[in-house]
Amino acid sequence: MAFDQDSVRRTAHLARIALPPTEIPAVADQLERIMGLVEELRAIETTGVPTMAHPLDLDQPLRPDTVGNHDQREVLMASAPAADHGLFLVPKVIE
Amino acid sequence: MELHEFSLRELRQGLQERDFSSVELTTTLLKRISALNPILNAFVTVTEGEALAAAATADARRAAGEDGPLLGIPLAHKDIFCTAGVRTTCGSKMLERFVAPYNATVVERLAAEGVVMLGKLNMDEFAMGSSNENSHFGPVRNPWHTGMVPGGSSGGSAAAVAAGLVPVATGTDTGGSIRQPAAFCGITGIKPTYGRVSRYGMIAFASSLDQGGPMARNAEDCALLLNVMAAHDPRDSTSHPAAASDFLRGLDRPLQGLRVGVPEEFFGAGLDPEVAAAVQAGIEELSRQGAAVQSIRLPNNPHAVSTYYVLAPAEASSNLARFDGVRYTHRTANPADLTDLYQHSRYEGFGAEVRRRILVGTYVLSAGYYDAYYRKAQQVRGLIREDFRRAFAEVDVIVGPTTPTPAFPLGAKNADPVAMYLADIYTIAVNLAGIPAASIPCGFTAAGLPIGMQLMGDYFADDLLLNVAHRYQRETQWHRAHPSLQAGEV
Repeated sequence: MAFDQDSVRRTAHLARIALPPTEIPAVADQLERIMGLVEELRAIETTGVPTMAHPLDLDQPLRPDTVGNHDQREVLMASAPAADHGLFLVPKVIE
Repeated sequence: MELHEFSLRELRQGLQERDFSSVELTTTLLKRISALNPILNAFVTVTEGEALAAAATADARRAAGEDGPLLGIPLAHKDIFCTAGVRTTCGSKMLERFVAPYNATVVERLAAEGVVMLGKLNMDEFAMGSSNENSHFGPVRNPWHTGMVPGGSSGGSAAAVAAGLVPVATGTDTGGSIRQPAAFCGITGIKPTYGRVSRYGMIAFASSLDQGGPMARNAEDCALLLNVMAAHDPRDSTSHPAAASDFLRGLDRPLQGLRVGVPEEFFGAGLDPEVAAAVQAGIEELSRQGAAVQSIRLPNNPHAVSTYYVLAPAEASSNLARFDGVRYTHRTANPADLTDLYQHSRYEGFGAEVRRRILVGTYVLSAGYYDAYYRKAQQVRGLIREDFRRAFAEVDVIVGPTTPTPAFPLGAKNADPVAMYLADIYTIAVNLAGIPAASIPCGFTAAGLPIGMQLMGDYFADDLLLNVAHRYQRETQWHRAHPSLQAGEV
């Protein structure tokens, strides 16, 4: 398989990571190597093998729906890179 | 023996008999940290003021008649566990200034026992790495040889415990991140059964694999810490209802009749001969104590690394989508628009390895590749679990090396991500299956680097692993060796 530079650009866009154009060839080479490592999986016979998403065969447990989290607005906002009047600030989305 | 070499049992006895107070103990270790951390870089944050206050509180509780195995005992947390009021960086520029509004369940439970937190420990960024060179705060150095890596991702935890900066520390293990650094630094660590230790407040890397656990200088200290760490937590939907146990209870059981399996796949090409010899000698010691040793097969183990490097990045790409530059993370300066803010904040905030894994995960989950990679890897994960199921029908414990080589030099594997990934070739299958596994010291190379022996058990056999480790350590001295690290050494 070839992990070409277009694949890197497309994947980086999906992941919302702004890779500078100068880094793309090196990243393509590294991803090619990693995908080369995992390529061997495709040859393993898995017909009829169920998928395993999780180690424990547990049902999702339920608990009583009681109020546990109380108002922590100030402490939750304290690490915000930009905030005003209890709101997160971002660049203008609608002109 | 000096105070910084004491076990938890010895520290408790000293505190009970008023040989020293928790404040004196804490002060001693803080001095040691300030002398040695400039060399080791094991701590990202030292919480001196909070530590001395917590130690004074512990002394007051003891003066009022309280006692407990961890009351007044200093420790430090891997910087992946959220601590209210103290920053939690996860080794990342993304979270360099993040102060969590709450404590992780692990932090909370230990604090309630009266432990004294000395600070937060360095780690590979978002727990992605096997050498601790992927930290935004610089690499950690191995106390046995400062030109060598301590392993990762819990490298700060392993180095701090080995160097006597703390008697015990917390760590997390997604593909070997407790066991591999424990092996490289000559300490004891256990990755518990998935679901034993709450993941609440433990920053997520790959949620179906991540598990917190103790790192210490012997198995008994691991058991003491795990007794508090393991508990059912309604705030973690994957926390097991039977998570809690008394890991001290069976610690001393003799090994007579124990069935030990040695997997052929763990002794093939790529295994360093000094590591192989030390682990073989460790197995002989178990045999000498009455264990019946037999050869077993784990035929799908050779597929574990490739399975992991589909599933773990896939889960990571989803988990790390939350770091967007808006709410509590690094934000790029002067973004043109909202998409630009996301994309540049994420490029600047994440290091190269984290970005690589996000890209791999995004790719294997993207349209057209999902069945070929992600679904396939989930099926192979099932085959790997079946290998262990079959093996544990015949044996009680599986024993092999923790790592294929001893600690390697800083910078040795940075150029090739795949070479670094193969450092975890013996540890990853355990996480995929979700079973418990420990690493214990079993020897040294001629160059003086520690070697680790891995003990793997069936689901919820964590107590058996600690029992085997403890009996082994009653008859061996490897875990009692201390690195001769002096302040000023480079």
